[in-house]
Formats: sequence, structure tokens, C-alpha cells
Amino acid sequence: MALTKEQIARRIARELQDGYYVNLGIGIPTLVANYIPEGIEVVLQSENGLLGMGPFPLEGEEDPDLINAGKQTITTLPGSVFFDSALSFGMIRAGKVDLTVLGAMEVSDQGDIANWKIPGKMVKGMGGAMDLVASARNIIVAMMHTNPKGESKLLPACTLPLTGIRCVKKIVTELAVLDITPEGFLLLERAPGVSVEDIRSRTAGRLVVKGEVPEMVV
Amino acid sequence: MKKVVKNADEAIADIRSGTTLMLGGFGLCGIPENAIEALTRADVKELTCISNNAGVDDFGIGLLLQQKKVRKMIASYVGENAEFERQLLSGELEVELIPQGTLATRCMAAGYGMPAVFTPAGVGTEVAQGKEVRRFGDKDYLLEYAFEADFALVKAWKGDTAGNLVFHATARNFNPLMAMAGKVTIAEVEELVPVGQLNPDEIHTPGIYVHRIFQGVNYEKRIEQRTVRAKA
Repeated sequence: MALTKEQIARRIARELQDGYYVNLGIGIPTLVANYIPEGIEVVLQSENGLLGMGPFPLEGEEDPDLINAGKQTITTLPGSVFFDSALSFGMIRAGKVDLTVLGAMEVSDQGDIANWKIPGKMVKGMGGAMDLVASARNIIVAMMHTNPKGESKLLPACTLPLTGIRCVKKIVTELAVLDITPEGFLLLERAPGVSVEDIRSRTAGRLVVKGEVPEMVV
Repeated sequence: MKKVVKNADEAIADIRSGTTLMLGGFGLCGIPENAIEALTRADVKELTCISNNAGVDDFGIGLLLQQKKVRKMIASYVGENAEFERQLLSGELEVELIPQGTLATRCMAAGYGMPAVFTPAGVGTEVAQGKEVRRFGDKDYLLEYAFEADFALVKAWKGDTAGNLVFHATARNFNPLMAMAGKVTIAEVEELVPVGQLNPDEIHTPGIYVHRIFQGVNYEKRIEQRTVRAKA
């Protein structure tokens, strides 16, 4: 059984450690905030200028001046702090953010990532993604294993314009958890009921399988 | 010292066609609504706009795109602005997309009097094309120049008659940086107070960076993604 988006988020949340400062991108990464394990305290950084991002506001309590990097209305928490965008990227560049979770269109088996543009078809812009991937100490990509056409998004080399090079450390898809290693994508865990062969057939880049690959606990 | 002007029309009266403008805000949060609206009424075109986003189709800088008043847009995110994406893909509009932190830092550099900065954002990507790469330690960095802008249009929560500014929540974003970076900085505020009313400890932008200030009116403060949770 392939994981749902919520299960991908829940699996990534298990990578969190107490005291982490974390930046979550748009899409599946945003959902990680819903599954922070009991007893662990993390501070969410929103690159438009907030540390200590709280949950969505109650209806009627939205403040148009208080949004996250996905432009969603949010709230603050005790200890929250606002700052300008240069300081925000200053703390990112200085390596103060422990973990960045973001989505991707393609990831290569060397850890290159592409997620901002399909030439001639779609341009989203890189936003803060290029700054984040160039500086974050630990980068986890949350994405589907294949694109809507069924083609692998885990490639020997990215075909789309790059966001950053040799930066992704781990990937969690609906099928697998994989680390980026010098030998390629190292298969760490399989989604329940998904075989190594299923994963291999949907992985275009170098896949490394060492011994028995355990099923994910979801 | 007279910095206070009557309204947005007076504040932007000397902005001419072909000018380079910085516009504060992130998405629609903290954008200079009044100054943008005044520009839609003004006889200006061929503008170069530096702003993180280009508003949405019918609000913010999107209004200037609709009127084809923008020749070049320097931004980090196109997002959900269909008209911006259309003009970009068709080539009608010249667009330079740059990383968000690079955008912020090039504003900061201008305000700090530094001609350039080094940043790792964009190394190995098309953003690096034509740029000097310098290695410090074991990491490569791109040389990025400070912006030069004729005018910066910013929006603050409060301001005083000396041009000191205070921002609210995440509406701060690029506003204090662009305020520092403009050759002429025009600030619009939700509440204009007499000098002496703001606590010096709590001012975000010193008035030395602000040349004109006015009391803004009729703020819409449109929300792009209204997200709420149910009452428990």
C-alpha cells in the first residue's frame, strides 16, 4: 500500500529532534507540522519573517498581516518573533536552521534537486528554495515517486532547471524512504506491502539495496 | 524638514516612465496599496519593478501588469498570478527571477552601502550564469550586486512625521530593506503620528532612510489564502 500524503508527512515528522528549528515548504511538507511527536519541541521558521509559527487562526481571527511563506493565514505562539526578509535568509545562510523539508519535481542520485520551472510550460519561481537548499544542513524531500505521467522523479540526472546541487540528504515518497549516498539512492524502508522490485521499477537513478529492507512503521 | 506629503498622488508625482522601482511586500501582505493605485492613474510606463512577487491578477502589482506599465519585473516567485505567468512565457514582459534571499540581501547591501555580497544560493543553476563564482573554504558563492533603485515604495503600520517606521507582524518582510535601498523612499502608513510619539526602542526603520511619508487610506489588505481551524 502506497502511503497517503499524510503518512508521508507523519514519517518525515519522525526525523524531528527536540530543539530543532525547521523550515517547511509548501504542500506535503506543510503537513509535517501536524505530526510533531509527543514530547518534542520544534520551532517552525517561515522565511517571510517569522520564527515560532502557530496553527491556523480560528475563523474570524485572521490577520492579513500575519501569513506564512505559503501566504496562508497563521498565528503566533509564545516566544514567536518577527523579522525582515534579509535577517530571515541570514539565519538560513548561517546554518541556524536544522532541517528543511521541501517538495520537488525531480531529484538526482547525487542529491541535485529541481522544483521551480518547466521551460516553456510552467514557471513558479524559486522563491526561497534556492537559498534554503544552498545552506540548510539537512534537507529532506517529500514527493511522489513518479510524476502524473508515471515517469520516475528519482533520476540519474535532473532534466529540469536545477534549484540546487548535491544538497538533498533524504527522500520520503509514497513508496519508500531513501538516503542519498555516494553510490546513489540507498533504500532504507519500504511502504507496507510495496516490494523492492516495485520501487526499483519506479526508480530511474542508481538504487542501492543492502540486505533485507524493512517495512515502514506508519 | 518636511517629509509629510498629502497623499499617494503627490508622493509619486515625479515618478517618470522608465524608472526602476522597489515595492515592498510578500504576496499581498504589506504591499504599498495606495502608491500602486496612484501609479495606475499616473502617466507612467516602461517601469522596472523589483518586488518579491507581482501581486495577483487584479491586485497589487498585478494592476500595473494589466495596464502593461511594467517593462521588466525582478522577483523571486510568480506563484498563482496567471497574467504574470502568461506575459512571462509569451515574452511580452522581461522577467528576472532570482532567489528570495538574494533579493532581500541585494536590497540590504544597498542600504548598508555595500556594492556587492557573496551568497551560495543558485550555485550550479541557471541563476549562476554570467556571475563571478568565488570559493571560500570548501564552498562556492556567487557575487551578487547591490540593487540600484530610483524609488522605493514601502508600507508600514505606523510612522511619524520624521519618517521613522514601525511594521506589523509579517507585513514587515521586504519593507524595511527596500526603505533603506531606494534613492528616494516613499512610505505609506496606516497611522501617521507626530514626531516623538514612537518609542525610539521600537522603531524598525530610522527616518534617515525615508524621504516622503503619507497617511494611507482605504486599505483592503486582501488575503491570498484564508486558512482557518474549527473551534474546538
